[in-house]
Amino acid sequence: MTGYEVVFTLLGVIAVGSAVLVVSTTNVVRAALWLVVTLGAIAGCYLVLTAEFVAVVQLLIYVGAVVVLLLFAVMFTRAPIGPGTDLDTRNRPIAALVALATAGLLITLLVDAFRHAYVDLNAGQPGSAAALGSAVFRTYVLPFEVVSVLLLAALIGAIVLSRPDVGTPGSR
Amino acid sequence: MHLLFPLVLSALLFAVGVYGLLARRNAVLLLMSVELMLNAVNLDLVAFDAWLHDALHNGQTLALFVITVAAAEVGLGLAIVLQVFRQRATIAIDDLVELAEPDTVPEPPTPVPPATPAIGPADLVGVGPAGAAPSGAEPVGTQPPDGPAS
Repeated sequence: MTGYEVVFTLLGVIAVGSAVLVVSTTNVVRAALWLVVTLGAIAGCYLVLTAEFVAVVQLLIYVGAVVVLLLFAVMFTRAPIGPGTDLDTRNRPIAALVALATAGLLITLLVDAFRHAYVDLNAGQPGSAAALGSAVFRTYVLPFEVVSVLLLAALIGAIVLSRPDVGTPGSR
Repeated sequence: MHLLFPLVLSALLFAVGVYGLLARRNAVLLLMSVELMLNAVNLDLVAFDAWLHDALHNGQTLALFVITVAAAEVGLGLAIVLQVFRQRATIAIDDLVELAEPDTVPEPPTPVPPATPAIGPADLVGVGPAGAAPSGAEPVGTQPPDGPAS
């Protein structure tokens, strides 16, 4: 194993372990904080794969914004905080079975398809901010505008949904 | 580096997200599981970008778009979750069965508590002036006719 593979394996073990804790812990706040660990480890994986700008965006948006939003929702909904609260449905064994089947199928397929594929991390140019900015604003400028309209629509939708005085008066 | 390292990690993260999506009953935890699955896909995109030595960085740009759409999804999803909590006082998805088929689901107990306060004042309006109410309920019976009149 090369040094890249050792670092990537360590980060992957951290990511999968904390992801399992996200879906298995009995405390909602702790699940959100384990999600921070998972997303940070995945950002480290992006760095190993020479995607430095994506790693920085991952830290900024996911860890900085999305997890904070999730924590706000946990506080607002007064979720049962503390051990012993029932956060799982009755179909946990079926869910575990489906997840194991998904993992088995995907890993079998990927190992069969990419058995001899090697990534040369020193050959290509890294995904720096300059390279990605050029790609976004030249090749992908139309999807970029569409995504900005989508974000605006989502923002307005969230405001309309969360304000009780907007909309039909009979709805509340 | 062998390409299977990021691909297997991504498959494992996706499977963990599938498990969380099926096994959890808190809606916020469901959103966290969806984030795990989206991150698994992003890892695939970045890995294939590095494998193909893409000069235009198509995979990484697509990963950026996925991150943006995921942020929009989380914002809108949390607004819906808060609205559900405001109307139903719960976000446990097992209890939100109003749209389920009635054959497979037993009679939901949750619609009854919102229905009883709506029936209670209406009964008081009809019964209060006609029946001989006790003195304690007398102001309750006299007030509701003022409400529809005004």
